[in-house]
Amino acid sequence: MIVSFKLNGEETTARVTGPLSLLDMLRDEVGLPGSKSACEQGECGSCSIVLDGELVCSCLVLAGDVEGSEVTTVEGVAGADVLHPVQEAMHEAGAVQCGFCTPGFVVAAVDLFESNPSPTTSEIKEALAGNICRCTGYGAIIRAFEQLAGRGT
Amino acid sequence: MGEGATALAGGTDLMVEVNFGHTRPENVVALRRVEELAQWEGGRIGAGVTWRRLERDGPRALAQAARTVGSPQIRNAGTLGGNVGTASPAGDGLPFLAAVDASIELASESGRRTLRWDDFFIGVKKTARRPDELISAIQLPEALPDRQEFAKIGVRNAMVIATVYCVVTRAEDGETRVALGSVAPTTIRARRAEELISSVASPGEEDLREFARLVSEEVTPITDHRSTEQYRRHSSGVLARRLLERCLR
Repeated sequence: MIVSFKLNGEETTARVTGPLSLLDMLRDEVGLPGSKSACEQGECGSCSIVLDGELVCSCLVLAGDVEGSEVTTVEGVAGADVLHPVQEAMHEAGAVQCGFCTPGFVVAAVDLFESNPSPTTSEIKEALAGNICRCTGYGAIIRAFEQLAGRGT
Repeated sequence: MGEGATALAGGTDLMVEVNFGHTRPENVVALRRVEELAQWEGGRIGAGVTWRRLERDGPRALAQAARTVGSPQIRNAGTLGGNVGTASPAGDGLPFLAAVDASIELASESGRRTLRWDDFFIGVKKTARRPDELISAIQLPEALPDRQEFAKIGVRNAMVIATVYCVVTRAEDGETRVALGSVAPTTIRARRAEELISSVASPGEEDLREFARLVSEEVTPITDHRSTEQYRRHSSGVLARRLLERCLR
């Protein structure tokens, strides 16, 4: 089937066969590899995207279910040559180790700061509870967002 | 629903099966944007209502349960109807439904019917839903007990399938309900413990201890990769007593 949807603000179509996840469609059919494929069961958050305004794991969305929907991936959170404040904060704080989990953290944090511009540390931790960093670089990640929230030291 | 069709709500159960090659549904009915299923009026909660909404607006113990489901990503997608449809012994929302004697509303081309929770859940991931039926809503009773508490025990806070789930409710007149998940093939009620404690106006240490003992006796857990039979049995009593004490405060 052909799926038509709005991806990062642009009308997009993709061809899918069989029960394919949105994640696989984004990576393999559309050619946007920013969303990462790791656990494929919604536990690691590395494939986080925003679907019709809701932060979700794209591995748990059926590709055909986004017909007519709006999807924002990590590629769409900022303009081509600029960083989103969330990305800048991570860059500043050195909140990246191997980088595999970073896109998911970026999308989840953008979603957090859109609804809550100055989250507390525990709000940051709760909002990112669905994103796993196996380098266990959480300290720097949390510090980055404390800074952005104006709570850093 | 058509013969052989698979219902897809939030995808948090079905898509895992698809991604791991355990199922390959030919025809999928995607329910995420069906407005009627997202409707929530009084005690009638549409099957498509997400954990996120239950966390904000649900009755106390159901909201507590919703808040502990997965992660923000999972709570934004997963629905109460999906939890009911999957019918896992470890379904987060099910102990609350059992404690308040909720009913499951099923819709098909031939009409609607409602089944009480204990007629609906018949085994591990087995329900009385016919293949042509869709879970349309969950019906709660009009009056809910003032005192209601939920807790679960697992190895960490987020993203965990717990080893024991428990809801305790207590009404003005003392009527107490105890529902537990992950300690039997389906969510169960500890009816002997309920009976004992419902007739005691101000339970003392002896009553609480006997209550916990009966709960531990009534559950029928197994040993698996998440926990042991013994630990589940013990923590069922501990958890139920703790929640009852919170209700009595």
